[in-house]
Amino acid sequence: MTDEPLLRVSALSKFYGSRVGCENISFDLWPGEVLAVVGESGSGKTTLLNCLSTRLLPSSGTASYRMRDDQWRELYRMSEAERRFLMRTDWGFVHQNPADGLRMTVSAGANVGERLMAVGDRHYGRIRATAVDWLSRVEIDEDRIDDEPRAFSGGMRQRLQIARNLVTGPRLVFMDEPTGGLDVSVQARLLDLLRGLVTDLGLAAIVVTHDLAVARLLSQRMMVMKDGRVVESGLTDRVLDDPRAPYTQLLVSSILQV
Amino acid sequence: MPTPLVVSEVAKSFTMHLRDGVRLPVVAGVSFSIRAGECAVLGGPSGAGKSSILKMLYGNYAVDEGQIIVQHEGGLIDLASASPRTVLSVRRHTIGYVSQFLRTVPRVSALDVVAEPLVERGEDREGAREKARTLLAQLNLPEKLWALPPATFSGGEQQRVNIARGFITEHPILLLDEPTASLDARNRDVVVELIAAKKAAGVALLGIFHDQDVRDAVADRIIDVTAFAAGRIAA
Repeated sequence: MTDEPLLRVSALSKFYGSRVGCENISFDLWPGEVLAVVGESGSGKTTLLNCLSTRLLPSSGTASYRMRDDQWRELYRMSEAERRFLMRTDWGFVHQNPADGLRMTVSAGANVGERLMAVGDRHYGRIRATAVDWLSRVEIDEDRIDDEPRAFSGGMRQRLQIARNLVTGPRLVFMDEPTGGLDVSVQARLLDLLRGLVTDLGLAAIVVTHDLAVARLLSQRMMVMKDGRVVESGLTDRVLDDPRAPYTQLLVSSILQV
Repeated sequence: MPTPLVVSEVAKSFTMHLRDGVRLPVVAGVSFSIRAGECAVLGGPSGAGKSSILKMLYGNYAVDEGQIIVQHEGGLIDLASASPRTVLSVRRHTIGYVSQFLRTVPRVSALDVVAEPLVERGEDREGAREKARTLLAQLNLPEKLWALPPATFSGGEQQRVNIARGFITEHPILLLDEPTASLDARNRDVVVELIAAKKAAGVALLGIFHDQDVRDAVADRIIDVTAFAAGRIAA
């Protein structure tokens, strides 16, 4: 395990006019660590994720990222082109709606291959072989490689989006409600797949979810957000089994038992 | 020999914010230490706080006051105030835990559930599986179940998977929360043997056993939890 974090976030805030998106968020994320950000709709978790992934610029605060050459770079001081390059190579972003992260009118294989070409791979045979390998890792049959994701079910689309993100070997993946909108049986399969991939690849990930079961299964640490602020954070099982903040207690006690 | 685990003046209460902030004291002034090669057993009636103490020692419950000093990777750390990252490292290398119930993950086989703690410590998967097979055989779990996810297993079968998972590593400290609760006599005896082997290997063990026979067979010492009753001090 490395003794240096991968991402350092300090006093990050985002205001929409006078309205608070998220306020004064600070944390470190280490390589191989999965951090869950939970809270109800409007708690600011997606705003935070968008700021961290530089899809949105914060109003104040800093976030530094340790590049592959171990140089620390301040995310909000990088040029747009540098940020886009980071996003295409060293980072992944898994959207809740796969249509936001996929190109729906090109084939599944091209969706995966496109990210490889972005990092400079030009060899068609090798790109295709890697695409086939990744499709099988996310449990999509090889004979679907030439189909467009439009023809895929919701669960398959989400698995394809994950393959597209992971094919470049990113070190940090952002996920926004990765299992939202899927049937429970499909959710379980996806979660199990994600859990295996994250462990095998030693990925660091920040997962935004309102589902505490998803947080428990995927993350080691979690932050609970309410009204744009972090009300409680810590080891995932500690926060869920011994919630201290009033809002966390409400969240945990609201889970329906089956 | 240094003492692997020292608990000093630990207190714990629950504040129920959804019940008008009612405060439920659980334990206070918890102080004891466990030596290497010793098995201490927490004694006292249900509700005395035995499980809560074990959960604090594993970082699963927060600690209100006091210190939990653990020998970890050549140094001493206070688990009560440690960062989540340190707690995870302690769990990976120093403190093992057998919970009362197995938390199952869909689609992961019993064999891999047992092997996982070793894989997390960096051992190769096949070697870890081999050790898992040995333990599951020792605990008499039918071989046809090994490749199946334990979600559909009986209580006793799940418990044996859980025990194997807890005993597979060489953690210097092992916490046991009623590991024999749903086992038959034959498998209880296996657990007693496993505990004896851990003691011989110099592991510090702390457990909760309601079964009198098992307790008599494994305990070097009973720590009476009623002495730490928070109500006694607060009320």
